[in-house]
Amino acid sequence: MSGTSDPGSAAVSKEAAQIAAKQKTLRYQIKKNKTCYAMLAPFFILFFLFTVLPVVMSVVLSFTYFNMLEMPTFNGWNNYIKLFLEDDIFMIALKNTLIFAVVTGPISYLLCLLFAWIINDFKGSLRTFLTLIFYAPSICGNAYMVWNLILTGDRYGYLNGILLRMGIIDEAISWLKTEKYVLPVLIVVQLWLSLGTGFLSFIAGLQTVDKNLYEAAALDGIKNRWQELWYVTLPAMKPQLMFGAVMQITQSFAVADISIQLAGNPSVNYAGATVVTHLLDYGSTRFEMGYASAIATVLFLMMVGTNKLVQRLLRRVGE
Amino acid sequence: MSRAKTSEEAALKKNLRKIPFWKRPKEKKLNRSVAGNSLLFVIMAICGVFMALPLVMIINNALKPLDELFQYPPKIFVRNPSLDNFIDLFVIMNDSWVPFSRYILNTIIITGGGMVGHVLLASLAAYPLAKHNFPGKNILFSAVVLSMMFSWQVTQIPQYLIISWLHINNTYAALILPAFAYGMGLYLMKQFMEQIPDALLESARLDGASEWRIFWSIVMPNVKPAWLTLAIFQFQQMWGNTGSLFLRNEELKPLQYALQQISAGGTARAGAAAAVTFIIAIVPISFFLICQSNVLETMTTSGMKE
Repeated sequence: MSGTSDPGSAAVSKEAAQIAAKQKTLRYQIKKNKTCYAMLAPFFILFFLFTVLPVVMSVVLSFTYFNMLEMPTFNGWNNYIKLFLEDDIFMIALKNTLIFAVVTGPISYLLCLLFAWIINDFKGSLRTFLTLIFYAPSICGNAYMVWNLILTGDRYGYLNGILLRMGIIDEAISWLKTEKYVLPVLIVVQLWLSLGTGFLSFIAGLQTVDKNLYEAAALDGIKNRWQELWYVTLPAMKPQLMFGAVMQITQSFAVADISIQLAGNPSVNYAGATVVTHLLDYGSTRFEMGYASAIATVLFLMMVGTNKLVQRLLRRVGE
Repeated sequence: MSRAKTSEEAALKKNLRKIPFWKRPKEKKLNRSVAGNSLLFVIMAICGVFMALPLVMIINNALKPLDELFQYPPKIFVRNPSLDNFIDLFVIMNDSWVPFSRYILNTIIITGGGMVGHVLLASLAAYPLAKHNFPGKNILFSAVVLSMMFSWQVTQIPQYLIISWLHINNTYAALILPAFAYGMGLYLMKQFMEQIPDALLESARLDGASEWRIFWSIVMPNVKPAWLTLAIFQFQQMWGNTGSLFLRNEELKPLQYALQQISAGGTARAGAAAAVTFIIAIVPISFFLICQSNVLETMTTSGMKE
């Protein structure tokens, strides 16, 4: 219908245009969606209060001297200068954290993927059982204290007992009190604990890969399971790969509890110190909150920075 | 035609169940070789033993009588299983200064409150994020995804200050309220809700249902696996919490705290401590086992789109 010549319909279309313009304004959009905002409010008020605000506060406090008793006083970059130039223990902690992240991050990620992939070939209750065996350590709370028994430093320790009987060592090694063993031992325990949410995501993701893709790939000349994994399975589960990466990276930077529970805080010559144990030391023992906030801010930047970088890399899988 | 085929398949499946699994006809799988199968089986077996051994030790230690716990050389498997350790634990529990039932009640209030509140608030917020378009949607969701990229230790100190300012220190709320707004729960719920067909919601809208009603009567029943999963993850998070940072009153502390006090009792309480470790581990594991199919169903939508 060509209504441009008709004055009545011109008025209507003008009105329609006005309504359309009004609908585009932010205010109208917000008003229209007020139920949405009401639904979002309870969660996001708490989210803001207990997650967003703390991150902001942590950054602000990191530029102050604050001991919980007096008001915080501004002291510029001093906390950061002290952290990076004077604090030798922080340097050890940072080094250990990076070792944890570089070793346990990628290894636990690949293990999650490998085990999920193998488990995917099983069916029924065997599949459930295997999933449970690998996932259970990550949810069993602080039951990882059982490693204390395995690693006990005298002959009563299970590991020492076995190694002594096999004649590999002559005398008991105190695993958690010898500087050179602390970090490797903690890495092993951390790996044991690390098949968590990312692992479940992989198992679930593998199930959703379209079976027809495999048949089509076989016709296209995919010869073995490794090629199938690389060319078909991984590209098909890219979203899960990205989710799993976030889980494993965050976890591998946050190692602290196992170090404190197994090696103690402070550990022998700070061999088991991590950024988080250092943070806890200043935050909950010495009450130097400004300094602790600077540590928290560095940790935040490390975690988020690594996550963003890895996300960017993973986006390229299969491209 | 296809109907006949599926019933045939069902009958075949039913028959298969009667045959022991080693006699069942082998399903032919693409791209699988015997060599590869055995290699992966060996890797799986070795790693499986490594993963399972500490858990096996936890179970065995809980059943070992005292003399076996201190035996030299240490043995992994129990020879004369007994429930002495659990009896010891109950005796210690009965002697405790605060009645033990109080610790259990506290745990039920804290984890139960945290689970219910989190599932409700996260689903309520996930629904508009998954199914509606409104200004600010993307930034809110990005904030939630960002929150999954750092761990709770980063926010611990300011959180402590905020909880003091709100004067909810030394109350259950100090543990429950922060747990409500746990980002990953919202994320998983939103991803799962996106699967609900829009047509279903649209037809309810045409029938005159309000958004609240759609949320409660249509969306929520359809995402049951997701809320079970959120509840389980939340439980796992809260189960290990001793609450010692925020709770000073002994009568408010959760079970986990009391259990840890017992297991810190040294050699004299080694038996009870073994029982404690067993209980700490078995509770979350059984919860997961009961709901594992729901959890896996939810995790299929966990992937991150760009």
